Formats: sequence, C-alpha cells, structure tokens
Amino acid sequence: MRNLLAAPVLAASFALPLASPAFADWAQTEAEAKGQTVYFNAWGGDPRTNAFIDWVSDQMQEKYGVTVEQVKLSDTAEAVSRVQAEKAAGKDEGGAVDLIWINGPNFLAMKEAGLLHGPFVSDLPNAKYLDLSEGSAATTDFTVPTEGYESPWRLAKFAFAYDAERVSDPPKDMAGLLDWAKAHPGRFTHPNPSNFMGASFLKQALVELAPDPAALAQPVTDEAYAKETAPLWAWYDALRPLMRREGKSFPENESVQAQLLADGEVDFAMFFDPAAPAAMIEQGVLPPSVRVWVPEGGTIGNISYVAIPYNAAHQAGAELVANFLLDPATQAHMQDIRVLGSFSVLDPAKLDADAKQAFADLPTAPALPTLDDLGPTLPEPHPSWMTKLTEDWAQRYTK
Amino acid sequence: MRLAGAILTLVIGAPVLLGAALTLATGFGWQPGLGRVALGWEGFTEALAAPGILTSLRLTLVTGLGAALMSLAASIPLARWLVTRQSASRWLTPLLAVPHAALAIGLAFLIAPSGWAARLISPWATGWELPPQIVTVGDPWGLSLILGLMLKEVPFLTLMTLVAAAQRPVAAQMAAGRALGYAPGRVWVRIVWPQLYPALRLPVLIVLAFSLSVVDMALILGPSNPPTLAVRILRLYGAPDPAQAVPASALAVILLVVMGASAALWMVGERAVARLGKALIRIGQRGASRRNWSGAGLIGAGGTLALGSLGALILWSLASFWRFPDALPADLTLKRWASADWAGPALTSLTLALVSTALALILAMLWLESEDRSGKRLPLGALIVLPLLLPQIGFLQGLTTGFLWLGLPPGVVAVTWAELLFVFPYVMIALAGPWRALDPAHLASAASLGAGPTRRLLRIKLPMLLGPICAAAAIGVAVSVAQYLAVLLPGAGRVQALATEAVALASGADRRLAAILALMQAALPWVGFALALAVPAWWHRNRRGLRGGVA
Repeated sequence: MRNLLAAPVLAASFALPLASPAFADWAQTEAEAKGQTVYFNAWGGDPRTNAFIDWVSDQMQEKYGVTVEQVKLSDTAEAVSRVQAEKAAGKDEGGAVDLIWINGPNFLAMKEAGLLHGPFVSDLPNAKYLDLSEGSAATTDFTVPTEGYESPWRLAKFAFAYDAERVSDPPKDMAGLLDWAKAHPGRFTHPNPSNFMGASFLKQALVELAPDPAALAQPVTDEAYAKETAPLWAWYDALRPLMRREGKSFPENESVQAQLLADGEVDFAMFFDPAAPAAMIEQGVLPPSVRVWVPEGGTIGNISYVAIPYNAAHQAGAELVANFLLDPATQAHMQDIRVLGSFSVLDPAKLDADAKQAFADLPTAPALPTLDDLGPTLPEPHPSWMTKLTEDWAQRYTK
Repeated sequence: MRLAGAILTLVIGAPVLLGAALTLATGFGWQPGLGRVALGWEGFTEALAAPGILTSLRLTLVTGLGAALMSLAASIPLARWLVTRQSASRWLTPLLAVPHAALAIGLAFLIAPSGWAARLISPWATGWELPPQIVTVGDPWGLSLILGLMLKEVPFLTLMTLVAAAQRPVAAQMAAGRALGYAPGRVWVRIVWPQLYPALRLPVLIVLAFSLSVVDMALILGPSNPPTLAVRILRLYGAPDPAQAVPASALAVILLVVMGASAALWMVGERAVARLGKALIRIGQRGASRRNWSGAGLIGAGGTLALGSLGALILWSLASFWRFPDALPADLTLKRWASADWAGPALTSLTLALVSTALALILAMLWLESEDRSGKRLPLGALIVLPLLLPQIGFLQGLTTGFLWLGLPPGVVAVTWAELLFVFPYVMIALAGPWRALDPAHLASAASLGAGPTRRLLRIKLPMLLGPICAAAAIGVAVSVAQYLAVLLPGAGRVQALATEAVALASGADRRLAAILALMQAALPWVGFALALAVPAWWHRNRRGLRGGVA
C-alpha cells in the first residue's frame, strides 16, 4: 500500500527535483559532507582494490570535496569489533569507522546488534539503477534481507584458478577434485576456514554435496546440519590427507594461496571474484598461463556491500561514497579489467544507452571468463551454516 | 624530584597498569559497556576449551623457551669470538636495527620450499622442477619462528655480553686461564662468562618474555592452525563478537602466567647450571687446545641467513615476475617502487619515531637530571622493565579501551603514547650509563666558575653527552619503527605505519609490495644509526677528546 502511494510522489519528484524532500535532503547531505574525511574500512589484501579506492578518493575530492581514507583491514571483523568496542565504551557518536566493506555474517552481527545506520539505500539517487525488488540479489546478503542497511557495490562469485601449463585435466566438480587429488597428492590446498575464503570453499562443497540444498536456506538446526553435512565430511576426510602438508596446515587467505600457485607449491588457487586471476596476471603476480575453472553445476555467489556504523563520525560523507560507488560510470570503471575487473551490481535493464555502451566497450583478457563461462550462481547458505561449519571444522581438524 | 617522579609514573607507569588492569578485569567477564559487570571464570574455561589450545600452549613454550635458550647458547661462543675483535662487533648494530617484521618477511622469502634458497640450488643440484613438499615456514613445531627470533636475539645478547665484558679484566683472566693449561673456549665458558651472567639476566628475561609473547614474527613465520597463544589472543580480539574479548583477555592472563612460570623455571635452571658448572670447574679438566671456530661458524651462518633475507627482499622488490626454480627474477624493474604507496607509511613511521623518541629523551633527561640535582636515585626501576616484561598483547588492548574512556580516540596520539612505553625504557637504559659515568670534575669546575645547575646542564652535560644522546635516539627510532601491536591496537587501523602495512602485505598476494614495505622498515633505523654516528662527529669535529662518543 505504501508503495502504491509512494509511486506518484516519486514521479512528481522527478518532474520537480528541487521541490522534492528527498532531493532537498540529498542536497543537504552533499553540503554536510563537504570537507569530511570518510574512513572507509575495507579489506586491504588486494592492491587493485586499494588502488580503486584511491581513485574513488580522488574522484570524491574533485566532485564533492570529500576525502576518502582507506583503513586497510586484514579481516573485516576488525572493523566490526571496533564499532562494538566503541559501543561498549559508550561512544555513540564520532566513531572511528565511517564506512565498511561488509557482507554475510559480519553484516548479520552488526544488524542484529543495532550497530548500523539506516535504512539509507533508498535515499541514494543512484539506487534507481538497482533492482531493489524484494528478494532480489541486491537486497539479499547471504539470505539475510538487507532492508536498506547496506548498499551494494561489487559482485562476487566463487571460482578456481589453475596454471594451464601444469594442469591439463581440471576436475569437473567437487567430487572430481578428490579423484584429481588422488592422482596428484600434495598439490591441492585451500585457505584456512577461519578465513572467509576457506569457509567459502567448504560452503561450495556443501552446496554441491548436500542431499537437500534447499535446506541450506533456512537457519541451521542440529538435525539438518548432521544430515546435510555428512557427505561433505566423508568427502573431506578422504581429501584432506591428499592435500599440501597432509592437510595439517593451510594458507591464511586467498592471497597467500595465490602466491603458492605462482610459486608452483600448489596447482590451484580460489577466489571470490572470477576476474581476480586476470587482474593478477596483469599485475605480474600470477603467470600468464593461469586460467579460471568453475564446477559444472555453478558456484555460490553474492554481492559485496558497504554499510555505515550507527555512530560514524561522517555519515553524510559515507552516504555520498556509497552513492558514488553505484554511479554507472564508476561501475563501468570498476568492471574494467585494467582497473578491478569486478562485475557490476547494476540492473542492466535500468541503464540508459550511454551507460550500456560504456560496459560494452570494456576490454577483455584470455584469463577473464565471460558470464556464460561461469555458469549459474548458486545461492549462499544462511550465515548460520557458515558459522557452524567453520566451528565444526576447527573442532574436527585443529589438534 | 617529586614532580619528575610523578610525571614519569603518570606517562609511563599508569598506562601499562591501566591496560593490564582492564585486560585482567575483562578476562573475568567485566564488560560494563555491554552491561556485564558480574565476574566469573567463564572466560578462562571458554579459552581453555578452544580446539587445539594445548598445541598452542606447547608451541608458545617451545618457541619462547627454545628461542631464549638457543639465543643465549649461541651468544656465548659468539661473544668470545668477538670480544677480541672490536671492529667485527660493529656489525651487530645494523642487524640489531632491523625490525622483527622486516627480517621475518625476508627470512620467509628465503627459506620457504619455493624460497630463494631452494631456487638457488634447483634444479641443477636437487632436481626440483617444482618446489619440494617439505615443511619450513609455518612448521608445526615453530622451528622457523625460533630461527627468526634467534637472528634478532643472538646479536642483542652478544652485544649485552660484550658490554658486560668491557667492565671486567677479561683479557687478564683469559691469559691466566690459558697459562694454567685450559683451552681458551673453556676459560671463557667456565670462568669469564659466569661472571658476566648477572649483567645478562635482565636482558635474557626480556628476550624470554618477548619470545613467549611475540606477535608479528609469529604471524609471518609461525604455524597458523593452531598458532601461538599470542596470535590466538590477537585473533580473538579481532573476532566480530565483542564477547570474545572475555576469552581473549583470559588467554592474555594465562599467557602472563605462562611467562611468569617460564621465568621462574629459567631461574631454577640457572641454579642447576651454576651447580653443575661449579662441579665441572672442580674437576679441572683442561680440554683440548684445538682452535675454537664455532664463533666464526655462527657468525657465518647467522650472517648468511640475515644477508640472504635482505637479499631476497631486495630482489623481490625489483622483480617483474619470478618463476620457480629460476635463481633470479626474469628481469628487474623499479615499476613497483614507483607505483606502490610506501611513502605514506614511511612518513607515518618516521613521524611516530621522531616524536616518541624526542619525548622519551626528554623524560630520560628529566629523570637523570632530577637525580643529579637531588643526589638520590629515583626508585622507578619498574617503569623501565614493566613494559618489556609484560606481554604486549596483554595490556595494549586494555590500554586502547582505557584511552577511549579517557576521551583519547584511536589515532596518532594514542599510538605515540603506546610506542613511548617501549621506546622510553631502551632510551633510558642507553642514556643512563654514559650520563652517570660523566666525570663530575667537569661539573665541579663549572660550578666553581659560578655556573648554576641549568647552565651546567646546557653548557657542559648536554654537549659532552651529545654522542650518547644521539646513540640513544637512534635506538629509540629503531624500537619505534619496529613496533607492531603498539600501532595496530591503539591506532585502530587509522594509523598505517611500515610495521602494520608490511605485516598485512606479508599475507597479501603481491610479494613485491611486502618486500618494499619491509625494506623501508629496515632502512629507517639504519638512517637513524648513520645520523647518530655522523651528527656528533660533525659537531665535535674540532673537539678531539669528544669524538668517538657513540656507545
């Protein structure tokens, strides 16, 4: 009902932009943001992302007089615990964190603890390029509705990378990975599941091996967990002794594993960004012979978001950055393989001709898969699954 | 006098105690911000129930006690070799100045299965076309971590031994022992070194405490599943659930207990070794008079590892692409140096180092001068050793919370203060000796000419002590640049210094960036030491008696 009423108001606001309260608010936000320094807490392990955020900072300075300072995290949880520590210390305004690159369990933890500012996404002028219908990818973060408390900025999807000079027979799915490892002992590993990427590897295997994948969309119960993960652990127990260092020690994160691939210590790396291998070849980190493969049934995927803490010192500036990240020009720049190569989160149907052309003009690379190569995007399990999965893994294999 | 004592207690002592107290309280479940004020042992039971906790405990003990013991053991023949070779011992300082994180990153680049060492001998000598499936960096026993710690601690303990030896008639005792027919190595180990040990006890305990609680080196060289206790604590503090601060703090308290127990064990061991030593001396065995070469061998091995680590850093910082098993990168380029953002963190580190060192010098002079004026020693020894003997992770997180309560937000000021806690003790130790050793006759002459205490300070003491002051400042800069947790925790990510950036990039994909940051981190202290040599030499260029004042 509210939507029905809102539609004409929205239409009127397009006709008379300055008279609209929403747009007047936005002008006020812009005015308020001028001169602010936005502390953007973002995982700092990827130099290309860091360079992209530097570019965002330059653009924001030029266009709005807002400085963006990246706080390079080694784990997003650091920023979450910082906000929690501030709340614990009674610091309800002027907080150190203005904007966080966030998703999944971290988002759920902050949302449930009331640590987020918002809802703010529908206030952003560039939100009109998003598909914000209920249940759409841009409004669901690991099955959790975002309800406007976080704004999308880049698409993430699980993919493996391998060196085509060394591996001629990449497996077709997770079950095939076990056969491959039997033939090549010690040449496979995955990041530690306490890290996001390692947990994603287990989730990808879970989604493929679970007897009833639909059960994974519900919050986990002990009964469902036991039933759905039994094949996973049987598979993993067979795989583990065949891994590097007999599965007793794991690379810390995907970047360290990428190094291992570059050094020839293992034959696979894995990323939550199918464009990452192409980008790393361009950087000279991975050899040019690296290619992407994905399991045949598709891989899990999600959208990366930015959120603003409830006590952020520079909320206006942070909203401006979130809006800038959704600008079609920004998204096209981001999708450029020479820049970041991350797939855009915008709804192609909502773009105008110029924006569509900007995306069509982007360059390609041999290691860069097309959307068709990547197969279907499988839904992420409910975050409670990941939490239980990683805890269980630690119980089973940390001795 | 009282004012000086109050200032020092407030600036150095209070933060350490506040941080430690808050950690202790949090360990027992006290989180008033989350509405939890009931105290209990739940944090401890939770911490001890975590998977692999016993492995972490074993790792901490093996690496901590192992590194301290082996560093001390290696320093004995090394000091004997160097005690007659003063020029060679100068090489200890540059090695001492290399920050832990930078050295650890270089060592990892060197000894990894695909590291430079393996590349140099492959495939021609080993047949390895692919990196061998051996376990080096991150090995489950922490041997790589012990090796890394030794590379830093052996030079430190050796230097401390040489300083102690300089105050004793070592040459005469060595000659006397040899005249009685003892092998020189035996005279050193059984007669000379035991006399030096009392002066080494505090440095050894500092080394032990450091090795048991080190974080940056353990992140880079230690095993990760499970890691050492200190790394575990850092991970728990970083967990998204704030309730995890309780088991984290409880574990920090446990770490403190482990450190206390290890120190106690060490002191019991000292007595046992002393008894054994006395018995051995009574037996009076002379030993073969073969040449003692283990000192030279150790120098060779340590030097090779240290130079190899630095070499690996330099090569990686210049590499375009470097495929295994090529001994050298395909080609060298300055592209990364041009594009990487190392200037910002370097400037931050430099600023932090200059400010914290200047403050530490002022505090140290305040202490020493007020002692001179009152004629009494300030009873504040704990201020010097407390920050060095407590686990850093045990009070820095508490301190960060405490700073927040006091209205000091995370940032440069909080980091500078936290660094000062570690810079001050070293600056004080470096300055106190030369300051107290200044010949009072100069001051008496000045006083008899009518110079008051302030004039004596400004016209006599400070100019005469310029060399030691510069040396203390260089040590302060080196200590500051090496700080990792003191930047990470009170900086809350807003302060990006070389140490935090280098450690973060060490677990990133681009080894060249990590190499650049590590090299910059290593370079800053060297610049400091070079200046500490050059400034007094230039200032005293026409004062022959004051030249060569650098300790």
